[in-house]
Amino acid sequence: MIRFENIIKRFRRHEVLKGINLEIDRGHRLALIGSNGAGKTTLIRCLLGEYLCEGKVSIDGLSPREHRRKVLSKVGFVPQLPPPLKMPVGQLIRFAASVCDSDPMEMIRVAHRLGLDAEEFHRQPFVKLSGGQKQKLLIAIALGRASELLVMDEPAANLDPQARQIFFELLAEKKDSAAMIISSHRLDEVATLVNRVVEMDQGKVVLDDQVEDLVDLNSRLRCTIGLLRPDEAFARAIRNWHFVTHDDGMTWTGPVAGPDRLRFLGMLSRYVGLLARLRMDDARETRKVAEVVNG
Amino acid sequence: MKHLWLTAYTDIIESLRAKWFFVYSLVFGGLVVLLFAFGVTESRIMGFTGLSRLMVTYIQLAMAILPVFVLITTVRSVAGDREAGVFEYLLSLPIGLGAWYWGKLLGRFLVVFLPVFGAMAVAVIWGVSKGAEVPWQLFIYYTGLLMALAWCFLGIGMLLSSMTRSADVAQGAAFVIWLTVLLFLDLILLGVMLREQFAGEAVVAIALANPMQVFRTATMMLFDQQLVLLGPTAYVILDHFGQAGYMAYAMLYPVTLGSLCAGVGYWWFKRGDLP
Repeated sequence: MIRFENIIKRFRRHEVLKGINLEIDRGHRLALIGSNGAGKTTLIRCLLGEYLCEGKVSIDGLSPREHRRKVLSKVGFVPQLPPPLKMPVGQLIRFAASVCDSDPMEMIRVAHRLGLDAEEFHRQPFVKLSGGQKQKLLIAIALGRASELLVMDEPAANLDPQARQIFFELLAEKKDSAAMIISSHRLDEVATLVNRVVEMDQGKVVLDDQVEDLVDLNSRLRCTIGLLRPDEAFARAIRNWHFVTHDDGMTWTGPVAGPDRLRFLGMLSRYVGLLARLRMDDARETRKVAEVVNG
Repeated sequence: MKHLWLTAYTDIIESLRAKWFFVYSLVFGGLVVLLFAFGVTESRIMGFTGLSRLMVTYIQLAMAILPVFVLITTVRSVAGDREAGVFEYLLSLPIGLGAWYWGKLLGRFLVVFLPVFGAMAVAVIWGVSKGAEVPWQLFIYYTGLLMALAWCFLGIGMLLSSMTRSADVAQGAAFVIWLTVLLFLDLILLGVMLREQFAGEAVVAIALANPMQVFRTATMMLFDQQLVLLGPTAYVILDHFGQAGYMAYAMLYPVTLGSLCAGVGYWWFKRGDLP
């Protein structure tokens, strides 16, 4: 579907991309990782036809620069930093839907699933939304249309756990029909979302590897945490994950999205001295067992 | 065409919410209010009084303010949008580059022209309500001249925005251009050049190439048909163009220059990196 053939990009004398060769097919969910200045954003901009470069970039055999409208109508893009658009939310949705020949209601529906009532904010300037709301709206615009390639730069960074779970579900719905490129500084942020990892360093691909694709994007874990003693800082952190306690903070229970497990464990590792026990069960397996027991 | 109008509409909505537009409208609206308040309509100059007198003064002030406002706000917002990542996002949507660029130009033209025209129109409506005689010929020609001047500097602004990568550089370049055309008015450097006995043809050529000078001369022509205010240079203009010819030139030249600059800007925009 996507081919990068010997892509070189220079800014004056500085070579930012040094001969990138990559092929990405439908069904590939690719993590594009690397430190700042590795060339991830430049590569994405070449892919979107926004940068001119040496070599050849093609999506389904078409150049994104020469066949902009045809190519970009298949691409949903979520930038890392939301643009400071002053136009109202409703206007942005109408504009995006109109140029993409899509139904604005579908974008509004996706935003609603992510927890953003776009109709409530339709008169509010986009730039005045919170970081999370902006991210949700940009994701809704990208996923609320018939895109065959999703290009996302740190898409879930500003989302709360609940919205992340919905976001993973939305990706799961697209995973067989679309290719995905998810750019991030850190692999652990996106590892469970992808089935392929490409690492860039100083304008080159230094790692291109398949990863085990065992985590179901739709999966949900039922989690129970026992503490040695109640702790205020831990309580604040775990409440952000929508966990609840019924014994004054000694035991906490709540759901964790399957693809978020690594991030969740990363958060727990900060309080490892407080942990007495930890149990994580696949919610669907637990439900199946309960159904069998209850006949 | 649908994408062109969509982009124009989007740019208008963006501009209406920007602070610069508020200040811009306030300046031109305020000018008219001040001119009324200071009794310009009651004063007389070269036989002009009432609304004609107001329009003559307004147009002279607009000449000084409009180009710098159009240049600075255009380069600031277009190059600023590029810097802030607006282009990166909006140009990732399937919109043609031509529709995007020309739509932006069209939207911006309406946004910069309408407050200037609006202020003048309000003055006319107010004058009519007070029973004053409306100088329609003056009003229509000045409207055309203002459109031409706005289009000209908008084209130059779009060219600068396409050629520069940062809003600060674009703003600096815009200011230098405005200063240059301002300096080469008959009041300043052209006058000095004539006094220092530069070749007359060169001075006249500069005057005819400077859109602000062309505008200034044309606005003078309506109330000073022999261009007495200009001195001997007037003979060259009147001999070569005639009054009607020069008035047509004063409309067509800025529009052509603006379109040419905008066209080169588009070519530059299309052949380079977009964000």
